[in-house]
Amino acid sequence: MTKKVAIVAVAQTKYEENYYRQSELVYQCVEKVLDETGLTFQEGKGIDSAVTASDDFWDARTISDTPIGDVVGAHYRTEEKVAQDGAQAAFYAYMEILSGHSDIVLVTAHCKESQPISRNIITNAGFDPYFQRSLGLDHLVAAALQAKRYMQTYGITREQCAKAVVKSHKNGKNNPYVTKARNVTVEDVLDSKMLASPISELDIHPVTDGACALIIAEEEKAKKITDNLVWIKGASDCYDAFYLGDRDLANCDSLVSAAKRAYEMAGIKNPSKEIDVAEISTRYSYQEPLWTEGLGFCGRGEGGKLLDEGITEMGGEIPVNPSGGVLVGCPYITAGLARVVEIALQLRGDAGARQVSGAKVGLAHGTSGPCGQLHCVLILGK
Amino acid sequence: MSREEHNKWAYSIPGKLALNYIYYLGDFNTKFFTELRDNKRILGVKCPKCNRVYMPPRSVCGRCLSKLDEWVELSDKGTLLSYTVVNYSEPYQPTAPPIVYGIIKLDGADTGFTHLLSEVDAEKLRIGMRVQAVFKDKREANIQDIKYFKPI
Repeated sequence: MTKKVAIVAVAQTKYEENYYRQSELVYQCVEKVLDETGLTFQEGKGIDSAVTASDDFWDARTISDTPIGDVVGAHYRTEEKVAQDGAQAAFYAYMEILSGHSDIVLVTAHCKESQPISRNIITNAGFDPYFQRSLGLDHLVAAALQAKRYMQTYGITREQCAKAVVKSHKNGKNNPYVTKARNVTVEDVLDSKMLASPISELDIHPVTDGACALIIAEEEKAKKITDNLVWIKGASDCYDAFYLGDRDLANCDSLVSAAKRAYEMAGIKNPSKEIDVAEISTRYSYQEPLWTEGLGFCGRGEGGKLLDEGITEMGGEIPVNPSGGVLVGCPYITAGLARVVEIALQLRGDAGARQVSGAKVGLAHGTSGPCGQLHCVLILGK
Repeated sequence: MSREEHNKWAYSIPGKLALNYIYYLGDFNTKFFTELRDNKRILGVKCPKCNRVYMPPRSVCGRCLSKLDEWVELSDKGTLLSYTVVNYSEPYQPTAPPIVYGIIKLDGADTGFTHLLSEVDAEKLRIGMRVQAVFKDKREANIQDIKYFKPI
């Protein structure tokens, strides 16, 4: 019998460019979850270990978690770093509890996109130096190549993708942690500067800094911490090939696999009917229709229709990104864990003006690597 | 608060990591780049188990974990699987924008690989377009020995 594991506390910073150090940003969140739970790092009684997500290139130093240890209770204690999206950190922390190694784990993620001279220069370094990097590839180029292939294969239009941007800005206005939401129309998106066809400036997530944190615990200990528990019902991840040309870019089969395993674990047979709310990591607008297809909310090539028909709007059958999501600003690394935080808030009924009423089952998604190489899916439930 | 506002009073330190480094290609890709430089030949590698011909070549099949050592000469012509026109400028880019990138599936290969396109009217780009490699005159055993692909 698999152990039951619950999220007992969550916190996040505002997502905006700021002058804080990385460790200060993380501590702002750690302080909140410690206050909320009353937990300490006392051995055997408090938080057993920490899993932190950060990246050496984004922080421009090797072993980017070295300054983080002190703010996550790792002095003479344990801490593990995940050098990719923060949803993976939640997944690892979950496995750490399932394995019996720990009972209560603190999970954090941080990134400051505003500190490198550009985000592209960081993501260019992620391409192999033999065949790709010197050509000038970066995540934006990779995303544009995927967008073109996907949109042409299924007849997805720029207007449909722009609707994801409009929805994100509209929803983001209800989220006090979002600072970049404004009145954006489909025309604004289409008219914004074309950077890498078919992706224009407003199709891309704005530059922000931020951090988030959560605490997860096994059932017995979790119940002693709070009555308002959010259970992790299922989790999985899946990689696609590294080289773009090895992949079928019109589809996201690694997301299909990650979702399938997470659904099986959570006993979900019909995701579009059984999931009440989803927070997915869409750095570029075309990723909203594509990822919703991968998650099985609709069939292949039908992601644009979900946006046209308002199915993923607030008040629709399956609201996607009530927080505004990544398209209104949530940095790399942090993005996926912030999706988990948002779903936890939704299921606790603590999502304020962005609350999806009566949400009982939610999905959080994170992604790493160029145009969705790695996907991680977590299913949460009351 | 904007960065400009922060900079009025928050201290910062300018950072610059100059990481000079030599990436060895290894036995396997040294052969690929030698053929490219000396003979303008583009080699793929065939998986004995799943029969896929990979470009870029690699020594292990990511799908079935077979060891790969059957080199296959690929055509310098291929088909465009996707493309984008880049209109922004970054220090690591090989040329000034606009830069056209494509994923090209060479005849004889089962996978595409990413490279530059040139001598092409952006309006006429389309998926499925036939393209051909243009080699540099003076080749140095790196991926830019292929200057770019052009439409045929």
